[in-house]
Amino acid sequence: MWVDLAITFVKILFVLAITVGFFAPVLTWVERKQSAIMQDRIGANRADILGFTVLGLFHIIADALKMFTKEDFIPQGANKILHTISPIIAVVPALLTFAVVPFGGQYTLFGKEVNLVISDLDVGLLFVFAIASLATYGYVIAGWSSNNNWSLLGSMRTASQMISYEVTMGLTIVGVLMVYGSMKLTTIGAIQEDFFRWGLFLQPLGFVMFLAASIAENKRIPFDNPEAESEIVAGYFTEYSGLKFGMFFMAEFIEMVTIGAIMTILFFGAWHIPFLSTATLIGWFDFLGTTGSNLLVMLIQVGVFFAKVIFFIWLQMTIRWTLPRFRYDQIMKLGWKILLPLSLANILITGIVILVLN
Amino acid sequence: MELLIFYPIAGLCIALALGVIFNTSPVGSAMCLIGMMLGLAGIFVLLQAHFVAILQIIIYAGAIMVLFMFVIMLLNLKEAASADWVTRSNNLFISIMTGVLAIGILYKIVDVIFIDKLDSPATLPDSFGTVATIGEALFTDFVLPFEVASLLLLAAMIGAVVLAKPKLD
Repeated sequence: MWVDLAITFVKILFVLAITVGFFAPVLTWVERKQSAIMQDRIGANRADILGFTVLGLFHIIADALKMFTKEDFIPQGANKILHTISPIIAVVPALLTFAVVPFGGQYTLFGKEVNLVISDLDVGLLFVFAIASLATYGYVIAGWSSNNNWSLLGSMRTASQMISYEVTMGLTIVGVLMVYGSMKLTTIGAIQEDFFRWGLFLQPLGFVMFLAASIAENKRIPFDNPEAESEIVAGYFTEYSGLKFGMFFMAEFIEMVTIGAIMTILFFGAWHIPFLSTATLIGWFDFLGTTGSNLLVMLIQVGVFFAKVIFFIWLQMTIRWTLPRFRYDQIMKLGWKILLPLSLANILITGIVILVLN
Repeated sequence: MELLIFYPIAGLCIALALGVIFNTSPVGSAMCLIGMMLGLAGIFVLLQAHFVAILQIIIYAGAIMVLFMFVIMLLNLKEAASADWVTRSNNLFISIMTGVLAIGILYKIVDVIFIDKLDSPATLPDSFGTVATIGEALFTDFVLPFEVASLLLLAAMIGAVVLAKPKLD
């Protein structure tokens, strides 16, 4: 009982450390460097401590200091309570999703089965979907409570965009569920031990549509109409400053990690190395004993998992700095007239193929 | 143990439900309603019905309420003027009818509470409330109601499109 609680506690700490402690701050730096490289600039390199810049990594500390010390501004006529809680409503769902995301398989450590997921829910995939849809309120309320027309426009765009792309996302997931026959993310991950059963090969159309829909859900370029700087100042967070503004940014970066993790699990073989099953790996390190070999394989597979996540983050960043912003009507057209019929067709084709193969 | 979790969630639900009624701003009411739906999802989890709980969040809290918020913001509804409250009481007949209905429902709820003890349930099978079991039940025992409901939804959808379009082509 106490051991299980302790293990769960460690897993929660690990997830929090890697998302809030590592990815969220480091990605602010990666985003700048990536844009600098793609635009042939040097990029963030000015913040220094005693002359050392360490590739501009000190910009993270400078950013944090700036956000903590800035004035926390609430505009006149704004709804104070809602204005304050909306950044929290935006961040919490992004973090909560990780409760069901497995970042490794099942290992025998010190005679105990350890499953590298905080909560192995039977409805895991639906949980991710449900929690992600709750994040909408953070953005919608933020724009409304600011008492600013630009903000209100931004939140209207957020609401319409997120509703539209949630439909596509949900229908794409149906295709994945039909192929794997389970909503448990651990089961879906375990099935992909076989390289030829990776979601990428079984659901190629689903993969592309899921990527598009999830970038739209995260409101990043080319789908960043809710915060289009050239049209509506900064959209829903125009009236935010200091740490509250920082929380919106943190939510965006954590959501990038979440998208990467979910895509890795659904389409990219989760924590598996192609053609190398967990049993083979443990066999290689058999001379270390059961616990030793399991521990080593666990570290390798967690590393593989996060390497894949980092690949998807890189992909999202590259897309963000390559494509221009779509127009509002183009986004709606893409969502309802192209992606929705395609995702329905995807379900139909998947169903037919499964029927024929059985 | 279950009661320890049940009472706080149920209390929160009732408090938020009252908040929906007594809030003067439409957005405040909507926020309370969302909170109450999340609380209800918590109660479903307590009853081992994980699938229903998640559907409660996806459909009600995640989809329908976002549309509500969208409409409230689009119309930019202001706080309800106090004059509106006075005119309501004029309609005595409707007040009495709704009152009678509400008392009837309350009576039924009290009745059920006294029949079933709020104790931990008897041992449930492992498959209780899983997606597979519910799916199987929906497509075997309850396939007719399920299909009829989907037909009704389709009709409502087409009706909404027809009503919203100014001119049919």
